[in-house]
Amino acid sequence: MAVLEINNLQAEVAEEGGETILRGVDLEVESGEIHALMGPNGSGKSTTAKVIAGHPAYEVTGGEVLIHLEDDEFGEDFEIPEDLRTWNLLDLEPNERAALGVFLGFQYPAEIEGVTMVNFLRTALNAKLEEREELFEDDEEEEAESEDTNEDAAGYDTSPMEGDVEEGEVGVAEFQEILQEKMEQLDMDEKFASRYLNAGFSGGEKKQNEVLQAAILEPSIAVLDEIDSGLDIDRLQDVSEGINALRDEQGAGILQITHYQRILDYVEPDHVHVMLDGQIAQSGGPELAEKLEDEGYDWVREEAYEAA
Amino acid sequence: MSSDQDHLQETDTEARFEFKKEENSAFETEKGLTEETVRVISEDKDEPEWMLQRRLRALEQFQEMPMPTGWPAAPDLSEVDIADIVPYIRPDIETRGGAENWEDLPDEIQDTFDKLGIPEAEKNALSGVGAQYESEIVYQNMQEQWEEKGVIFCDMDKAVQEHEELVKEHFMTKCVPPSDNKFAALHGAVWSGGSFVYIPEDTTVNMPVQAYFRMNSEGMGQFEHTLIIAEDNSEVHYIEGCSAPKYSAFNLHSGGVEVFVGENAHVQYSTVQNWSKNTYNLNTKRAICEAEGTMEWVSGSMGSKATMLYPSTVLKGPGATDNHITIAMAGEGQDIDTGAKVYHNAPDTKSTIESKSISKDGGRTNYRGLVHIADGAEDSSTAVECDALMFDNESTSDTMPYMEIQESKVDVAHEATVGKIGDEDVFYLQSRGLDDDDAKQMIVAGFIEPITEELPIEYAVELNRLIELEMEGSLG
Repeated sequence: MAVLEINNLQAEVAEEGGETILRGVDLEVESGEIHALMGPNGSGKSTTAKVIAGHPAYEVTGGEVLIHLEDDEFGEDFEIPEDLRTWNLLDLEPNERAALGVFLGFQYPAEIEGVTMVNFLRTALNAKLEEREELFEDDEEEEAESEDTNEDAAGYDTSPMEGDVEEGEVGVAEFQEILQEKMEQLDMDEKFASRYLNAGFSGGEKKQNEVLQAAILEPSIAVLDEIDSGLDIDRLQDVSEGINALRDEQGAGILQITHYQRILDYVEPDHVHVMLDGQIAQSGGPELAEKLEDEGYDWVREEAYEAA
Repeated sequence: MSSDQDHLQETDTEARFEFKKEENSAFETEKGLTEETVRVISEDKDEPEWMLQRRLRALEQFQEMPMPTGWPAAPDLSEVDIADIVPYIRPDIETRGGAENWEDLPDEIQDTFDKLGIPEAEKNALSGVGAQYESEIVYQNMQEQWEEKGVIFCDMDKAVQEHEELVKEHFMTKCVPPSDNKFAALHGAVWSGGSFVYIPEDTTVNMPVQAYFRMNSEGMGQFEHTLIIAEDNSEVHYIEGCSAPKYSAFNLHSGGVEVFVGENAHVQYSTVQNWSKNTYNLNTKRAICEAEGTMEWVSGSMGSKATMLYPSTVLKGPGATDNHITIAMAGEGQDIDTGAKVYHNAPDTKSTIESKSISKDGGRTNYRGLVHIADGAEDSSTAVECDALMFDNESTSDTMPYMEIQESKVDVAHEATVGKIGDEDVFYLQSRGLDDDDAKQMIVAGFIEPITEELPIEYAVELNRLIELEMEGSLG
């Protein structure tokens, strides 16, 4: 089990005189839980997601984002030493955060021409596994590892067609099977595997692809930024099933950022939070989302200002 | 002739040349390019009189022509000292285009071979050190297979001796005459080595004809000439050089490539070249394409201090097609000026140009293109697409497409994009677990994918590795 703990997170746009966006966000997401983060446009929902993942466009000016891991978080064979079970994500590169099990599902995923889905996903999976080893191994092992790497760099002894397969890496054939299975679950056409990453994908296909990536990379905590926008009802159901499977089958914790109640009919949240002006203004259970659907955000704003 | 005999003859030639050097002290001290130098080269190669005369005529033209000037933003060639060129020719002939010992190569080159993971024997061959017996045997076998079909593939010097009529008719006559430009004239005067390919009518050579080993171990010089003749209804894919670096102690490379595409024939010429960073790479490459023929140029230009290279195609017969795919990469202090030229001289001709460039660390890339559609070349079409990728704000990329359209019933399209490598794209890949370097490399690999997919796998892998090496250390 993993816990994502956000304390008093403050951030501004990373340029001179950049606008302050987050004004002290507090939030805690455990694996196995689904949290919905709602709020009007410009309240800081997407910024929260991007700061968690380490987007360079934002500068953190205060607070912390911690992840707490248990010793068997990455499977039974991977024991995490006691002193390495809590990390402050803000000290880490985006890829290191990914290696610790944090996944960001993008509202507008990048389109990368010339890079096939299958190549990208296998590379990402192996990069994550490798980075994970590096984060958790002690210095001695690290030295041994770097010697190995030098030897590898001296040349490929396998066919260049296959490339290097290092120990612990997921090979091409093995990965094909994983990918095929996950795509079937998400009702995705197998042709997707050979298409270029998001290039020419419809809005719905992109969202499906984000969920597919989460399914393959098996995060502890998945932050999904408006994964429901621009989806027709069929696709919304597919995507929702995928999200539920992330939690039910992989035990991931989900932070679901959304404008609408609609997706919450399919992905039922345990907790609902309302964000206003860069802070969490109100938290509650699923009933809170229904109230927001009926009454909008004004009452939250009023309550928040009264409290202040 | 067995490879042993080949080798013996080669040694013999070198010995003769040594002898000549002693006898001819004028050549020793001569500075600049003179008639005598050209005569010595020709005599050393035991060339027929007509070739000597062509060389001498080219020399005259070279001396008459001024250095090219006047192109907007053309690379600076002021350092190219013609007076210094000639003394450089001799070591070229003596060592057949490379160093004598592996250890004599610059560290940078040795290092690159190591990182590419190329075995020792192959390294020696690629760098021009020693003869590559094993690969010669392989080559010999392939050659026999081709010979049965009437295909000729040999080095250019040998072609002058053994296929004189074919060479005499085609060599720098109607495709790339020495009068084309100053460096074509220089090439015509001092050319040496290169490949000769002849594909008879109705013949398909399935396997790419690779100059992978041969170019480097035997004929690979600074002024190599490639002559490809594909008769009607024939098909061949010729690959020149390799993605391994071309080491040269010289500061000027001026190659020439001539391709004759017969009616309904199909020629693909692919090359990935990486020159040492002190080289001025000034080449002339041209194809003449008859009716319904197809010419395809696939080229990757890396390395060099400055490159000026614009492979061109003359679409001479109706229905002829030309496709260009080029990629250029420029790093610190490099000016890579490449593009394409197409002449639509007949109706129903088609051309596509896809040009990609990457610049980083203050390097400059430029697409310089010319599409000419002659009056009467109706129903012709051309589509030009240039994409530039820049790594930082110091690097530059220009696009200079030039279109001369003299016929109204044609279809012309040009599209250019210039972009900095996107922070959002990099972040997206990083959020999936790739580190900064790997993310950028993946984006670049995707960017050049249209060219790598046209190459045999080993070239594609090496091209990708080369670009990774070029990017190493400049990132993060």
